[in-house]
Amino acid sequence: MRIRTAGVVALFALALAASGCGGDSDEPAAKDTPKAAGGKLVIWADDKRTAALKPFAEKFGQENGVSVEVQAVPNEDLQKNFVTVSSQGGGPDVVIGAHDWIGNLVQNGAIDPVQLSDEQKAAFNETAVKAVTFNGQLYGVPYAQENLALIRNTELAPEAPKTIEDLVATGKQLKAQKKVTETLCLQVGQKGDAYHIYPLYTSAGGYLFGTTANGDYDPKDLGVGKPESIAAFKKIAALGEKGEGVLKRSIADTNSTATFTGKKCAFLVSGPWATADVKKAGITYDISAVPGFAGGKPAAPFVGVQSFYVAAKGKNKALAQEFVANHVTKPDLAVALYQADPRPPALTAALDQVKSSDPDLAKFIEAGKNGQVLPAIPAMAAIWDPFGKAEAAVIGGADPTSTVTAAGKTIAGSIK
Amino acid sequence: MSTPLSGPGSAQQAPGRGPVRTGSPRTSRTARNHAPITAAGLAAKVILLGLVAGIAIWAAFPLVAAEKWVGLAVLVLTTAALFYLYLGRRHVPAKYLIPGTLFLIAFQVVPVLYTASTAFTNFGDGHRGSKDDAIVAIQTSSVRQVPGSTQYPLSVATKGDPATGALVFLITKPGTDTVSVGDAGGLRPLEPGAATVGAGGKVTAADGYTVLNFGQASARSKDITDLVVPTAGGALRSSGLSRAYEGKAVRAYDAGCDCVKDSDSGKTWTADGEVGAFVAADGERLAQGWKVNVGLSNFTRVLTDERISGPFLGTLIWNFAFAIGSTGSTFILGMLIALALHSPRMRGTNLYRMLLILPYAMPSFAMLLVWRDMFNTDFGLINNLFGLSVDWFGQDWSARAAVILVQLWLGYPYMFLVATGALQAIPRELTEATSVDGASRWQSFRAVTLPLLLVALSPLLISSFAFNFNNFNAIYLTTEGAPFPADNPSNGATDLLITYTYRLAFGGQAAQFGFAAAISLFIFAIVAVVSVVSFRRTRQQEEVYA
Repeated sequence: MRIRTAGVVALFALALAASGCGGDSDEPAAKDTPKAAGGKLVIWADDKRTAALKPFAEKFGQENGVSVEVQAVPNEDLQKNFVTVSSQGGGPDVVIGAHDWIGNLVQNGAIDPVQLSDEQKAAFNETAVKAVTFNGQLYGVPYAQENLALIRNTELAPEAPKTIEDLVATGKQLKAQKKVTETLCLQVGQKGDAYHIYPLYTSAGGYLFGTTANGDYDPKDLGVGKPESIAAFKKIAALGEKGEGVLKRSIADTNSTATFTGKKCAFLVSGPWATADVKKAGITYDISAVPGFAGGKPAAPFVGVQSFYVAAKGKNKALAQEFVANHVTKPDLAVALYQADPRPPALTAALDQVKSSDPDLAKFIEAGKNGQVLPAIPAMAAIWDPFGKAEAAVIGGADPTSTVTAAGKTIAGSIK
Repeated sequence: MSTPLSGPGSAQQAPGRGPVRTGSPRTSRTARNHAPITAAGLAAKVILLGLVAGIAIWAAFPLVAAEKWVGLAVLVLTTAALFYLYLGRRHVPAKYLIPGTLFLIAFQVVPVLYTASTAFTNFGDGHRGSKDDAIVAIQTSSVRQVPGSTQYPLSVATKGDPATGALVFLITKPGTDTVSVGDAGGLRPLEPGAATVGAGGKVTAADGYTVLNFGQASARSKDITDLVVPTAGGALRSSGLSRAYEGKAVRAYDAGCDCVKDSDSGKTWTADGEVGAFVAADGERLAQGWKVNVGLSNFTRVLTDERISGPFLGTLIWNFAFAIGSTGSTFILGMLIALALHSPRMRGTNLYRMLLILPYAMPSFAMLLVWRDMFNTDFGLINNLFGLSVDWFGQDWSARAAVILVQLWLGYPYMFLVATGALQAIPRELTEATSVDGASRWQSFRAVTLPLLLVALSPLLISSFAFNFNNFNAIYLTTEGAPFPADNPSNGATDLLITYTYRLAFGGQAAQFGFAAAISLFIFAIVAVVSVVSFRRTRQQEEVYA
């Protein structure tokens, strides 16, 4: 019996010790007083940007007597995780992500608008500011932008094609000479790829959403299923597997860049993220705008913007706003982020600084001149999947009229 | 008879496939009351109960902070019950049963109940939080800068203690040294010379005020963002800690009419408790909604929405075909190889076994992606190797054949393993007896070996079937449900119910957790019925052969 008493005493001592530790470590999260969270800024970014941001954040923290923590969250989970923790009242103070998240983040009450002065706004590329504006409010501070371009192997194709027809002619000639096996590396895949086909779709006259009087995208005016979109898909079908064989479902996101770097095709439609691989493969290349159909409209790629957001449920909103509105707007951060991940900076001053050392940047920007801002409205989420599948089906040989009409119905059905 | 393998499972299962029971001791210990207390046993008890207490206290803080009193009561009662149980000498069987039961409740029952309750709500994007959250979000996001207004350099200051004193804004008129002080009462100019203005126009010191530095100010983040200084055109608000702007909240909630009013356009959006959103007379909804109970509408939508109910039957049939096909084909191939290697005339069986295990040892996640690329029409290994140009994932039947082929490759080693084990447990005398009676090899296999094998393997086949019925990875990582009919992008030829559900809930559009939960319940019901029926048949079978 003596041993039992001793055991119980020991047990309670241990329990108390355990509770002591547990209580302490959890206190900042449990108590919501601003004091407990005082002076700490938490930033969520993906792995690459975390590395670029860390030195800058540390400097910001030291200069201002606050601590800044940059947490790496994998890119594909970032938005989802952020919305989830935000709806539970927690999460970071600042988040970095693509501008087309804005619609979803706003409808879930996860981010707050940012107030920039007119001079601050003027320092940015106009498209970038337009991209982060939603319902007339600025919801983020952009730092980089990206769009598709035509990357060309200059050994095989020295001249930039002016139209798709030019491109096809060159590609076919190279194929006949057995220099390549594919005419064009434009990723389609079994599910299609709305983002990558968009320049051709717009060149052939299609559109996704009309615009309202103030220039915002209008979810009520859906272009998919309209005669213009059917005409566009007919042109795309002509390039498909039953037509010219230029667009193929066997070329997907997993192999399009590799096929290009393997010199199996002379043309690749991709963004700034592909250049690293192309350089590594030692290919002599040039970048030009994605060509449109002869006699068609200009081919408009989507222009996407990477941006900083202030979390609505952050514990330190004032500091987050200070960081985003008054520090991210300075060029040195944009340059640091460019060095970590080479996409054209959205700040004009930062772009000028890096442009001279990297000729690709100017070419990408030039290629995006005709670009359209990727819609950030929540209705855009309904587009991707049905539109892509319609594209894959049409390229595989399905009838464009019925396919696109059905896709339009599906999309309209999921937009509330 | 028994097999050395326990627990459900198949080669196709992804890692972390749910609870695998790590054989808890089930030996009867009625003599426990008289057993001596060993030091090791005591130490284990102290450490485990200490952990329980620690976890309980750790979990209590957030519950108290969130004022979840029911949760706290459950926590306290559970912890007290655990201590009572393990400190006393009685209730010996309960001591062994309780941990498993608790884990069962925490990781199986609660999620199922949560799923079931979610199925009755509109939980999803745009409807995640409460109505209050939505109102706050609507009001905050409607604050706009007054057109043509200036932005001011800002310093946050207080007359009292930096950590607790009432805050004021010190703003400087741009280009001048005129400083004003603002609080909830409004804006008043400060005596000229009473404040020192630093570079950039920020006030660095002011008579009678303590200017907060960034560290002090950010500790009072909420007070600063909440401080609104009324002005003629709107109100001064902070934009960070060093800038103030004149803004106006355009939209405001009015509790009287339970609506949101826009002061610019005069439009009103009235709260609609059925859809969980503010809706205007013209049908326009505000983006920020809230979670409401929608009753059975998620369930009826499965039956009434043509896009869902239409292809449901076809998908269900293919789903059964896929589960039966992959389980059946792996079983037959695995069993045939096991029989071949079981033959006493076979040499080098260990080497064969090692090679056969290889596919099982590879992570199925990576293998599925490799197989997907091997089926590529133009670049895939299969077409290149055989000189074919089959559009594997582009046609219904070739895509279906391809996924079953992949499943066969991934799954037969498992079936081979369990069949080998079961074969070794069948006494050789039985088959020898049949040959003495003059039966052929086939007859002896049909009459003796196969039935005995099936008795041993039926539960495994059923669980393998149930697993494959919901084998999300197998489809999602290879075909993603493709090919899709040209007129219906939401339902592909190789879609299982689970991949189909996933697309409806998360793929094509914004997340709809409530609806996905309802479909999960349908799938759960189907799998449960299938399992109950097959287990019942197995029992009958055992009675026949036993």
